[in-house]
This record gives sequence, C-alpha cells and structure tokens, in this order.
Amino acid sequence: MINTVTEHAGGAASSAGNLPGVATEPNFAITPKISGDGSREGELLEISMGPHHPSTHGVFRMDVVLEGERIVKLKPVFGYLHRNHEKIAEGISYLGSMPYTDRLDYFCSLTNNWAYALSVEKLAGLQPPERAEYLRVITAELTRLINHTCLIGFLVQDMGALGTPLMYAFREREKILDLFEALTGARMMCNYMRFGGCRVDLPPGWLEQARRVVDNYPRFLDEYESLLTENEILVARTQGVGVLPARLAINAGVTGPMLRASGVDYDIRKVDRYGIYDRFDFRVPLGAHGDVYDRYMVRVLEMRESVKILQQAIRGLPDGPIMDAKAKLRNFRPKAGEAYGRIECPKGELGFYLISDGSPNPYRYRVRPPSFINLTILEDMCLGQKVADVVIILGSVDIVLGEVDR
Amino acid sequence: MDEGLRSELSKQGIFTITLEGLYNWGRRSSVWPLNFGLACCAIEMISASMARFDLARFGAEVFRPTPRQADLMIVAGTVTKKMAPQVVRLYNQMPEPKYVIAMGACAISGGPFKQGYNVLKGIDRYLPVDVHIPGCPPRPEALIHALMTLQHKIDGQRLAGPDRPRHLRAEAPSEFVIPRFGAHDLEPPQHPDVWQPPAVIRGES
Amino acid sequence: METLEQIKARIEAALPGAGLRLIPNDSPANQPSLLVDNAHAVAVASFLREDAQLQLDYASNVTGIDWPESVRKEKVKVKKVIDGVEKEVEELIEKKRPGFLEAVYHLYSMTLKQGPVILRLRTENRSDKAHLPSLTAVWRGAELQEREIYDLFGIVFDQHPDLRRILMWDGFQDHPMRKDYVEPDDYEYEPTPHDKVLEKAKRHYASEANR
Repeated sequence: MINTVTEHAGGAASSAGNLPGVATEPNFAITPKISGDGSREGELLEISMGPHHPSTHGVFRMDVVLEGERIVKLKPVFGYLHRNHEKIAEGISYLGSMPYTDRLDYFCSLTNNWAYALSVEKLAGLQPPERAEYLRVITAELTRLINHTCLIGFLVQDMGALGTPLMYAFREREKILDLFEALTGARMMCNYMRFGGCRVDLPPGWLEQARRVVDNYPRFLDEYESLLTENEILVARTQGVGVLPARLAINAGVTGPMLRASGVDYDIRKVDRYGIYDRFDFRVPLGAHGDVYDRYMVRVLEMRESVKILQQAIRGLPDGPIMDAKAKLRNFRPKAGEAYGRIECPKGELGFYLISDGSPNPYRYRVRPPSFINLTILEDMCLGQKVADVVIILGSVDIVLGEVDR
Repeated sequence: MDEGLRSELSKQGIFTITLEGLYNWGRRSSVWPLNFGLACCAIEMISASMARFDLARFGAEVFRPTPRQADLMIVAGTVTKKMAPQVVRLYNQMPEPKYVIAMGACAISGGPFKQGYNVLKGIDRYLPVDVHIPGCPPRPEALIHALMTLQHKIDGQRLAGPDRPRHLRAEAPSEFVIPRFGAHDLEPPQHPDVWQPPAVIRGES
Repeated sequence: METLEQIKARIEAALPGAGLRLIPNDSPANQPSLLVDNAHAVAVASFLREDAQLQLDYASNVTGIDWPESVRKEKVKVKKVIDGVEKEVEELIEKKRPGFLEAVYHLYSMTLKQGPVILRLRTENRSDKAHLPSLTAVWRGAELQEREIYDLFGIVFDQHPDLRRILMWDGFQDHPMRKDYVEPDDYEYEPTPHDKVLEKAKRHYASEANR
C-alpha cells in the first residue's frame, strides 16, 4: 500500500490510557527534499517489513520510509514474541527458571544457562569446582561454534545464496548437537548448568568424540571460507555497508562481535575473567571498518579461537566433583540482596540482574538481552542504504527474537 | 478392487487407481509449507528441512514465503497475543485446501509460557488445527511423523459425500475472524465456532 | 577502581547539592549502589561519563523495579511506666514505607575496562508522580530499555526522544510488570490445575458443569 507521506507532526497523545504528553505514534518528522522552484521532489514510500517476511530472523517488524530505494527513516517494532519470561520467573523458584533461560536465545541455550547460574552463584556466594568450570567452558565454546556457523549461513542466505552454506552449517551443527544430546539429554534446550556446578558428568566416550569433532572443525572452516571469504558477490555486497563507528557503538551499549568489528577491544571473557578463561590462551579478533564484512570476518576468526580454547580445555580437563558441596538443591533461599552477573555469549553481553528478598522466588528477575540492545543503532546503520542492504545489516546484527522480546 | 487383480495387472504394466486416490496422491505428495517460524520450534523445523532429516523427500521441499502459494502452515513456536492477528490474517490469505500443523507445546496450548499475559493459549483458539505435535521442541523426526500423519489424513479424504473435506463444501468457512487488540486482551479471546473448552472430568478434589 | 564511597565523595565535591545516598547490598555479590535524586541525575550521569578516572561510557543494563507500599514491623525498646516502675519494654511498632518505582543503571567503562557502578533513581509515588529524567542523552544504550520500563512499569522518562510502548501493543492499558497487575482471565481449559492456576480455573468450572 502506497502512502503519500508529507509531514508527520510529532507524536500526539491520542488514546486514553496513555499518560498525556507521551507519544503513541512514531515520530516521523522528516525534512522533505525541495527542488529549485520550491515544490516537493518525489514521494516517500512507507512500508512495513515484517513481522512475517522471508528474511527476518524471527517475528520482527521494521517500519521503513523509503525515498526511491534509499532508507530515510527506520523504526523497529518489537514485542511479537514477548513471552513474559520476567513475570513468570517471579512466580517460580530460582531453579524453575533455568529451563526458561534455554528458550531466551534458543540457538545458544548453554551460554544462557551459564549466565543465569553465574548470577545466582554471585547472589548466593557459591563456587563451582574445577571440573564443572572446564565443562562449562567446553559446552559454551561448542555453543559459540554453532552460533557463528549458522549465523553466517543465515546471513549468506539473506544475500541470496538460497541455502547452500546453510546446509553446510547445519551439517556441522548436527554433529555438535549429537554431543549435547549425549551429555544433557536434549538437542536444543539443554538445561545443563546448576547453581554450583553442572547437572551430570560426561558419559564414557564423550570426550573422544568431542575431540574428534573439534579437531575436524578447522578443516570445515577452511572449506567454508574458501566458498565465502573471497567470493566477489559477498565482498561487493558487504564491504562498506552498514558502517558502525566505534564511539557510537560504545555509547549505544553494543556488545559482542558487532562491537569488536568496529574496533573496540572489549571481550568480557578477557575483562571480567569469569570462570577459568584466564587459563586459556586465545586472542580477540578486531575489525577495522565496522561494516558487515568485518562482522563476518570477526565471527570466522572467533570460531578459530574457540577451536583453540576447546583443544586446550579438552586436554586439561581434571577429575573431580561437578557440584559445589555447599550448594543446596532443595529449599534454596539466597540471602536478601541483589547481584548482576554477565558473560560473553555469542551475541554479546548477556547479563542477569536478580533481587532476592529471602524467599524461594526472586523478587525481580531481569535479563539484559544483547540482541535487543544491539538493535538500538539499527536505524543509524541503515540510513541512506538500500532496502536489500537493510536485510543484510539486520542479519549481521545477529538477533534472536526469543532474546529481544523475552 | 481386488488386491490380487491389481498386483497381477501391475506386473503386466497396467496401473489402476481411483480418481479420488489420484487426486489425493497428487495433493499429499506435494504439500508446500509456508515459511512461518515463530520461535524455537522454527529452528527444529529448519533442521528437519536440512541434510540430515531432509523433509524434501516427502514433497515439502519448497518453503514458500508467501501464503498465496502455500497449502500448509506449520505454526512453530509461541503465538503471542500481539502476533495472533497476523497469524489468522496469513491463514485467511492461504487458498483452499489448506492445513495447519501446530508444532510444539506452545502452539498447542501455550506451553511453558501458559501463564504469560501476552501468550495466546494455543493457536487452535482461532484456527482449525489438523495435526498437533507435542514436544518442546519436538525432534525433527516428530515433525516428519506429523507430516506423514497429515499425508494419511489427506489420503483418506473423500471427493463426494457428506464427509468430504472443507474445501469441497461451499458453506464451510475458509476465512476466520481476525482478533482485534483490546485494552487488556484480544477481542474476542477465542473464536466460539473454532474452539470450545473441552470438558474435563475431574474427581472430587 | 575506587570504592563507591570515594566516587560518592568526588561527585559531591564536583556537584554540590546533589542528594546522594549509598544503598548497601547484603548479598555476597558485594555490589552496593548509589541513589541519586532526580534533579541532579543527568548532571551526575554526565560527570560519571566524562570523568577521567572513571570514564563510564557504557550503560550495560537499565532495569525497572516496582516497590509497592509495605509495612514493616520492628521491635523497639521503649521506656514505659508500669505499676509506678520505669521499665524497658520491647514494643512492636509498624513502619510504613510508601510505594515507589525505581530505575537501576549498571555502568561500566569500556576504555578503562572497569565497573560496575550502579545508579538508582526513585519516583515519588506509583501513581501520578511516576516521572524520572531520561539518561538517553548521556548513554544512547538506555533508549530502548527506558521505553521498555515505561511499557511494563509505567515510569515516564522526561526528555526521552521517543517514548512509546515497545513490547505490548499500542492500545494496551496496563503496566504488566507491576506487582498488582491482574492478568486477563483465559484459564478455561486446564487439564492439571494446581495452586494459583487452580484458583483461576475454578472460576470456569460452574459454566463447565452446565455444558
């Protein structure tokens, strides 16, 4: 539907129930282009991309105003997968929320579990034993591998590759999901971490199979890269597109590979040194330009670093218990207080802010979602780009709607 | 027709089938799903169409992005109240004959998020569902099993008679009421022709 | 990084008159926070961002919290005259704390790799005076999170560039994360109800029996 958009007045309070002076309409005040004799040049086209669209990563809607093919204004609309996770968590116990954290970023369920377990351990003063920490690192880095591989597959599919790299990515993902299923019992919703350690120990033969998968991974990455990294279509479509300057990225709270592609050296594994990451030798890849190609390359290089961490962790896995002896499984009531714990999940900084009032249920349970906050500057990156580029830029932000909307 | 006669003829190169069987065989071997994933179950749906589980060998190769070209809507994931009008609108845009598979616990009844204020407790409140797949998320094999169940269902549909399917009956509706956003909830909270709360027989509690 | 007391002292030296209060945190996490009064919030935020020793340029998390009105009973020793003799007696007095809404900001520094510093802002009450200054001009990352707090809690952020509902639809009338929110009643079919769900489902049993 074509709307002739001339000027929109700034938001007017219309419906009752909203407080006066608060906008209900998006503020689309645009300065139209005036030609020589004072008349308006061209017309602006307002379209809604989503919530059902072949290239959105879930039910996400963008209201864009176009001038020809170029974006003049872009307002994202959220909430189509708002599943009330925070409200539900106030009604169930701390451990009861653990399966719900799987479903936040449903691609990487084990890192979500770790972030939540870390926050509760900060709140209650628990310390997992060494073997549990190693298992956590191994599962988290395997999760990082599947996330980055499949994300590159989705990004390239949005560019029109119609599924071939995605098929390769999902082939590798299935191998790692076999490992997860053998360890935790489920392919996707693993529910593996507990407050003070991990739920079960490794079954026999798991470590050898993991070692085989990890040792074969660099060969798969070489195959993947030989198809993509110097592919002229990829290079032409992604270099210079969606540039994010470093200062804006820091101020907008962007984290994860998007931030590092803009050149900011901030990886929570190195900054907070949570878990036992300070024992492993790995580098943090940084980009120089902050465009989509840099985000793609940062993810490829991060996968290679993850393989290095995995090889070190599998070699150094000690024996021992997997749960803190002080951890209480029943009647878990942490002392009244609050805690904020965060980890570097594959999408960025995933944090959990918990307030306890001494009862078995949390008083306030807040998820700090990286995908949601990385979308703050979606409009800034897309202004002046073409419609087809918007889809690629959205793909490079790496959103998962379960986390954006919670 | 006698099965012995049929196999004798087929050995000679003569294949026999009823018109109904031919019509249904064509329809059920080329069910084209709508590219419609909402949440976590969508990832298992994508896995089912990838190399290991391969939905393509059942005829569901092409996932169409537009509802006008699809005849199966796999509702994979939680339907929230904000998204529900769009789901019903998409269903209305699909041409007959159309089928709905409710994949996962969330699409059947709200699932683990049932107590949410923004969660629709099952897509069958607004749409008629043909196959339900339990699971959170259901394995890709379960999705394949559901597709085969749907194919059996299509095989058993008659061309004429009182029990013929909806798309051959002129008076059956093919478009359903789209809910509107109310002040506190969707209006109407469920479609009375499509869903009535089933009677549950309870003991003395 | 310096302790929160030192930071508080330096802010008070730089911005005299800013009403700051240290809120302790009893849990082993050891993350106390700084309560700032609303009039000076933007100034304190700018100071924290520009200060050379702190450089808190990254607002990681912005949370809303609902604290409804609460009554706390405290045992207090009171001198009373009983039978002509002055004695010290323990009495139970009720302390009423009015309700308010709160916004909590977790701040980190990406340049100096330190943090967190936690700021708290409180509204005056939960109904008509639920206004707070928006810190989006200082940290752009707070933009979407403050919109979410407005949507789910009802705190109005003044000078926010685009304050409208973000997760619920525009015509929605309540603020769902508040503790006194009543959700819509669509619990007609519950195969295994228990606890609170049983209460909600029982309201529909009578009509079921009539079917």
